[in-house]
Amino acid sequence: MQIDLRTVSIKPVRQTFDHIARRFGDKPASRYQEGTYDLQQTDIFHYRPLWEPELQLFDVRRTKVQMKDWYALKDPRQFYYGSYTIARARQQEAAESSFEMIEERGLAELIPAELKQTALDILVPMRHVEWGGNMGNSFISAYGYGTAITQPCLYHAMDHLAVAQYLTHIGLVLDGPEALDNAKDAWMKDALWQPMRRHVENVLVVQDWFEIFTAQNLVLEGLSYPLFYDYLDADFSANGGTVISMMTRFMAEWAAETAKWVDAQVKVAAAESAENKALISDWVKQYRTPVLEALAPLAKRAFGDKAESVLTEVTDQFNARCAKLGLAI
Amino acid sequence: MDMQTNKKKLGLKEKYAHMTRGLDWETSYQSMDKVFPQATFEGIKIHDWDKWEDPFRLTMDSYWKYQAEKERKLYAVLDAFAQNNGHLGITDARYINAIKLFLTGISPLEYVAHRGFAAAGRNFPGVGPRVACLMQSLDEVRHAQTQIHALSNYNKHYDGFHDFKHMLERVWYLSVPKSFFDDAFSSGPFEWMIAIGFSFEYVLTNLLFVPFMSGAAYNGDMATVTFGFSAQSDEARHMTLGLECIKFMLEQDPDNLPIVQKWIDKWAWRGIRVLTLVGMMMDYMLPKRVMSWKEAWEIYFEQNGGALFGDLARYGVKVPECITQCTIDKEHISHQAWATFYQYGGAAAFHTWMPTDDEMDWLSAKYPTSFDKYYRARFTYWRDEAAKGNRFYTNTLPMLCQVCQIPMLFTEPDDPGQICYRESDYEGEKYHTCSDGCKKIFDDEPQKYIQAWLPVHQIYQGNCFPEGTDPTVEGFNPLAKVLEWYHLEHGKDNLDFEGSRDQKNFDTWRGLATKNT
Repeated sequence: MQIDLRTVSIKPVRQTFDHIARRFGDKPASRYQEGTYDLQQTDIFHYRPLWEPELQLFDVRRTKVQMKDWYALKDPRQFYYGSYTIARARQQEAAESSFEMIEERGLAELIPAELKQTALDILVPMRHVEWGGNMGNSFISAYGYGTAITQPCLYHAMDHLAVAQYLTHIGLVLDGPEALDNAKDAWMKDALWQPMRRHVENVLVVQDWFEIFTAQNLVLEGLSYPLFYDYLDADFSANGGTVISMMTRFMAEWAAETAKWVDAQVKVAAAESAENKALISDWVKQYRTPVLEALAPLAKRAFGDKAESVLTEVTDQFNARCAKLGLAI
Repeated sequence: MDMQTNKKKLGLKEKYAHMTRGLDWETSYQSMDKVFPQATFEGIKIHDWDKWEDPFRLTMDSYWKYQAEKERKLYAVLDAFAQNNGHLGITDARYINAIKLFLTGISPLEYVAHRGFAAAGRNFPGVGPRVACLMQSLDEVRHAQTQIHALSNYNKHYDGFHDFKHMLERVWYLSVPKSFFDDAFSSGPFEWMIAIGFSFEYVLTNLLFVPFMSGAAYNGDMATVTFGFSAQSDEARHMTLGLECIKFMLEQDPDNLPIVQKWIDKWAWRGIRVLTLVGMMMDYMLPKRVMSWKEAWEIYFEQNGGALFGDLARYGVKVPECITQCTIDKEHISHQAWATFYQYGGAAAFHTWMPTDDEMDWLSAKYPTSFDKYYRARFTYWRDEAAKGNRFYTNTLPMLCQVCQIPMLFTEPDDPGQICYRESDYEGEKYHTCSDGCKKIFDDEPQKYIQAWLPVHQIYQGNCFPEGTDPTVEGFNPLAKVLEWYHLEHGKDNLDFEGSRDQKNFDTWRGLATKNT
């Protein structure tokens, strides 16, 4: 049986805004489309920025990558603010209930001491790397070109802040506030972390926003997330540290989801021109080396004898991923 | 190894501090100056970023939680509004013109605010202000999008909304709000915080956001007012951030005071000039009025703003010097602006009209010393002429102020019968401004304001015609070509409300919805 409510029907004058209709025709548009396409001003600016007088407020010359249409860099997740926050709210609910259960029942006590120490030594200092990811992506959101990519970069920046806060929470659960001080000390001084800190700081001063995107979102995340939230996580689970896995579930899910978005950007940009392809490929090669150097001591600490084989596997997977994106690396 | 967990339960404040503070570090492989290249060039001195008091302690997970809940509710209402032709529930189709002004003049600026706060959130070396600015950046993209989504249904049924981004960059009166935000974003991060975070969000928001949203509530616009309520708690956070930011700058170093004071003076005046459009909207465009512009000014600026500056006096901050002029202007600017738009109604992307007798009586009562004396006769004359078929449109172009970009429509402080002009010389050229306030801003940074893309100058220079236009052909109609370049559909988007397509469609549709014929 079907019931049929009747409403007064009115024929609209048009289906969507002109700038959307020029791209997709005059038909009902999605909220992602109306909230994204051509929102950033492109044509007439009144004043040169005091902080970069040679360029306009929004200017395609802030990266060497060039696109005929910057809105080709669309988000396969079709995130606009509403769909983004609702998706993340669901994930945070799961994370929150995991943390609650662990804290209420004191489950952290059950983690074997050795695994706990690994988590404290490796995961907790990573909160500073996440902070770097937040800095890089907020730079792109400010100075990048076209809402299609600048919008998800802000979401990505905030996600990095969230991951930094989840890692902080892990530190607090495992060892209280001291865990954070120790991690910061290690980050600042320990030989284990210096190659990583040097790399993160080097990326903080890069001025080309697509270069930051490649260095941070493709290379650093593409190598470190599988290493920590896939391989190390499997080790935790296999050796009685499931509680740690419960606390890093957000990161694992998030990495899988965001990698699809990162891939879509790189693939489209590289396919645009031979110049783009060469440029992005060179950046991948340029940043892969220091990232692997930075990950090597951490892998050693986390995996011991297996470190080299794990890192090789991760690197092979990363290289295969880049090849699939059309890069020559 | 002793791995006992710390059993001490952390307080909220302490927990929040751990969640953000300490994430940053003093860089050493790259210098801090290179990592934060915009931190010092404006001359603001900050000695200790950790003295920043976080005005709202929001971790990302709680941010998502609260905001997602608000989004779910808002979009449920927007869907219902669209499904049930909510637009037919408004008081009168004239009202729609108020939200045309909002979508074309304000929503794209929410977008620029999003980009500007992302920049501030990248550029401050302190964790506290960085996180607060990034959250505001996120809120601002929310506001741009939810406004577009709320008004999308109006765009399907009414004219004037259809190409808002294209128009923002080109149409003469939209360069007023656009240049305001361009001005702020092209400044450094600290000035941005005074311009947008403090002046705009704190001092002026009750005169901008609130009148539009209250106007929506009074006129049956469920979509817009629901957005307004949904954004209220975001706005409260933004106000707190603006205030915290100014206090922080003033507490950090006494040398900051003169710089901050200069920015307060500048941005109060810049903002108040933009609010002219809001004043006009309140007094003329809302069929059901909320309050007069003058009343809003007295409550929200003179009283509330007075209390705020009383509070800031302990830092040595003085009330912006433009206030004397504003006290005189509050009697006039809404009438002067509406008179201008009425005359230039051929080149505006919304409809204009003259008030009815009842509405003029309301204006007389609200403006006892100015409306009848200076404006009523002119408005009545225009209305009578229109009734006779002589609707007046001016075909010349007005001179614009080099700073606020509003046509020279304001009058001398001591003579409401005399248009006010000011003139400055810079590098052998003459530049015109509309007031002492704008002249002062120009004279302080002439190298910036000479860059202004003034729509009228640009039209005269031939830069505002569609590509391939030949102005030498016989019968060339420059205004028609400019409108074409604006993407403004002559006869639909512009001209008088009386006889417009909006008016006809609204009457027909409301008839369908309320009658059985």
